[in-house]
Amino acid sequence: MLIPVSISISVVIFMIVHLLPGDPIDNLIRVGSSPDDRARLIAKYGLDQPLFTQYFRWIAAMFQGDFGDAIVLRRPVADLIAQNLPYSLQLGGLAFAFSSIVGIIFGTISAVTRSAAVANFMRGFILLGSTVPGFWLALLMILFFAVRLQWFPVSGARGWESLVLPVLTIGFGGVALVARVTRVALMDVRREDFVVLLHAKGLSSTSILMRHLLPHAMLPVVTILALRIGWILGGAVTVEFVFGRPGLGSLLIRALGQRDYPVVQACLLMLALAVMIGTLVGDVAQAAMDPRVREAKK
Amino acid sequence: MLEVRDLEVAFGPIAPLSGVSFSLAKGETLGIVGESGSGKSLTAMSIMGLLPLSGGRITAGSIIFDGQELTTLAEPVYRKLRGGRLGLITQNPMTSLDPLQKIGPQVDVVAKLHLGMTSREARARTIEILGTLRIPEPKTICDRYPHQMSGGMKQRIVIAMALAADPDVLVADEPTTALDVTVQAQIIRLLDDLVKKRDLALVLITHDMSVVAQTCDKVVVMYAGRAIEHGPVEDIFHAPQHPYTQALIGCIPKGLSEDEHLTGIPGTVPTVVNYPKGCAFHPRCKAAQAICSTDRPGFVTKGQSAAACHFAGAVQ
Amino acid sequence: MTSISSAVLGLRKTAVSRAFGSWLGRIAGGFLILLVLTAIFAPWIIPFDYAKQDLMNGNAPPGWPHLLGTDQFGRDVLSRVIYGARTSLSVSATAISISVSVGMALGAAAGYFGGFFERAVMTVVDLTWSFPDILIALIFVAIIGPGLTSTTFAIAIAYLAQFTRLTRAQIVRLKGETFIEATINLGAKPSHILLKHLLPNAIAPVIVVGMLAIGDGIVLEATLGFFGLGAQPPTPSWGAMMSSGTAQLFLSPWVIIFPGVAVAVTVIAVNLFGDELIRALDIRDRIKGA
Repeated sequence: MLIPVSISISVVIFMIVHLLPGDPIDNLIRVGSSPDDRARLIAKYGLDQPLFTQYFRWIAAMFQGDFGDAIVLRRPVADLIAQNLPYSLQLGGLAFAFSSIVGIIFGTISAVTRSAAVANFMRGFILLGSTVPGFWLALLMILFFAVRLQWFPVSGARGWESLVLPVLTIGFGGVALVARVTRVALMDVRREDFVVLLHAKGLSSTSILMRHLLPHAMLPVVTILALRIGWILGGAVTVEFVFGRPGLGSLLIRALGQRDYPVVQACLLMLALAVMIGTLVGDVAQAAMDPRVREAKK
Repeated sequence: MLEVRDLEVAFGPIAPLSGVSFSLAKGETLGIVGESGSGKSLTAMSIMGLLPLSGGRITAGSIIFDGQELTTLAEPVYRKLRGGRLGLITQNPMTSLDPLQKIGPQVDVVAKLHLGMTSREARARTIEILGTLRIPEPKTICDRYPHQMSGGMKQRIVIAMALAADPDVLVADEPTTALDVTVQAQIIRLLDDLVKKRDLALVLITHDMSVVAQTCDKVVVMYAGRAIEHGPVEDIFHAPQHPYTQALIGCIPKGLSEDEHLTGIPGTVPTVVNYPKGCAFHPRCKAAQAICSTDRPGFVTKGQSAAACHFAGAVQ
Repeated sequence: MTSISSAVLGLRKTAVSRAFGSWLGRIAGGFLILLVLTAIFAPWIIPFDYAKQDLMNGNAPPGWPHLLGTDQFGRDVLSRVIYGARTSLSVSATAISISVSVGMALGAAAGYFGGFFERAVMTVVDLTWSFPDILIALIFVAIIGPGLTSTTFAIAIAYLAQFTRLTRAQIVRLKGETFIEATINLGAKPSHILLKHLLPNAIAPVIVVGMLAIGDGIVLEATLGFFGLGAQPPTPSWGAMMSSGTAQLFLSPWVIIFPGVAVAVTVIAVNLFGDELIRALDIRDRIKGA
């Protein structure tokens, strides 16, 4: 399953990028240079070869860790990725952990609370978190916490302080998503027959929640989290841009603007890789948590 | 051991259950019969104190267990009784076990909780109980997951959970409905054995009159959320007073004779929102008179049994 | 096709009126109606010309006569927000309509015919589904260039997978039901079964999810606009206004705050009303199953 998917992803990414209009060579050529210079550049980057050949060259090179050279930035793409990836992993990882932990806690509270005020607050939070645009939230955060209160730096990636606002911004949407799924899942499990019998055994509501309901509710949550790893990294695209942080997102947006094919390809490939790893980890986690899934896999 | 008096249950403004009374001693089996929707399961949930789970509550009447009033009992105290002195067996064994946990821990927890046993002791007890329930290879079963077992086996596990802390009262809510016919007989025989050997008080909820005839000492017949007849099994079967009870008994296939007709009761059970006025059974009753649709009948006592019918015993 | 339109009409008569039953539904629905009217009559409502520059009055804070202040060129923010509703709503609604129609056709065909075609469609759909909508839209806009038309198509493509999945799930579920099996066994033509029986029964969840997606579309349009890839000046759109406002973020924050509030409030209203619709139609399980 994974092999055909990765092949199709690589073809799609390769094709998409070659459908892009605009010519990166134009960006490189100084005014007044001869057509010969132009031809030499095209040959240098292999742009004169048939698409088919270009694809196989690209794949072969990639397996050797060679993503080619950035056309506009004139550096090995691998270097650019290596430089930006840690920032994205840091931000994405923190935002992911924050979304999962806080989301599960919020979702659980909103499912079990008997207080109408708490339930309404949670509903409101989930609604806001899943609707407010990320970039706008980022701007408001900057205005309030960085400009007005001056608690955190406005932009950049120096020290942990510069991570707080971006993590909170991505996390706001992430927490809402996880909380919503947790809440719905808990409500659903609570209606299952076996819960009546758990109460009949004399277990306390708390231990039923912790030992039985939550493990069940985690099944859909893990599925969603695995599926949405790409979304959380994607959210990082806009947030990195607004906060002026280095990272795959900023790199991708800049490269899209400059029509720098190799960079765009590498960035997309990294994101696709993250999505596939997410799916894989999700499957493994499902199997670890649910004996029925384990059985079906055998 | 257990006495229920004038029990009334409400979900918001609707009261799907009212006027249910019965009593039960150790070593006795009480059958509660009725068609689905007659309030049998609500009675079971009331005894277990689990009505709040589905949003209901007891609005009148009392449930006295071993001299203790249950309807006003604080939840932490009730929790000690549940699984400890009151065991519950539910209807559908396919969905009554947690699919993510192994069988062993699901049974162990009862003894740990109520008998203060360590994990090791509790497991030993689980294996012993599974053995007495005639479950083959109880040790290996403990490491299985629910989805790897048959319905009959799962129902035995459920029974094992109910028995693990040696309860005084066992409430079995249609314990065999979801099972194959051959397995049904086994489970019923198993329950019957348990009552005799362990001196249990068993509340057996069923819609099957023949099960009642086989196993029960007393019976309460329910219709549309009310008890309409109660008494010793022999009396009820020999001389049913209420037309509904008569009809139910008439539904039991008597033998294998060729010319026997299987009869059903015409009409359907009313739902909670449209319980008829007067005697709830009157729209389906062959002997209904004008008074039946206006006045609710009181109980007419005859010997040890009683029936709520204006013409109790008069109609045949 | 008559039965499809009657299904939609039936939906409107019963479910929409029921969705207006709760006070949340009434507020959200009322706001949306008001918003659509505002968008339609924007040219007659706006207090100032949305494109008229007045450099002497640049970056004026909210007050009189500019209720929501002015931007760096002295253009009235209120007028631009009102006019922006026109752009944002029409782009998102058009995009989602395209997405819904194409998605329904693809999903219905995949669900009905099955086999290789279904597998091919679903592989592509699952692939795009796991990628964030913003990335798909970004790449698409990068291919055909910035502007409102390409934004519209980018949004349509970003949400295509969702409607294909949903429709297919509905069709597959319906196909197993007795009345459809009976119709198939009676020898009805595939086109007849699809148009007369399957689609009308599948349409309610798709329409409701489509309505919810209009909210997402507005956010996506704003985001693309914010990257400078959507509406081009001087056409006001909520996203584009915020984009040009970032330069003056510290000087005149109202230029960014008010369009953002417009986006947020609209999307919240869409979600609230959509939730009420789902409740009124009792289709939560059918949407979740996709």
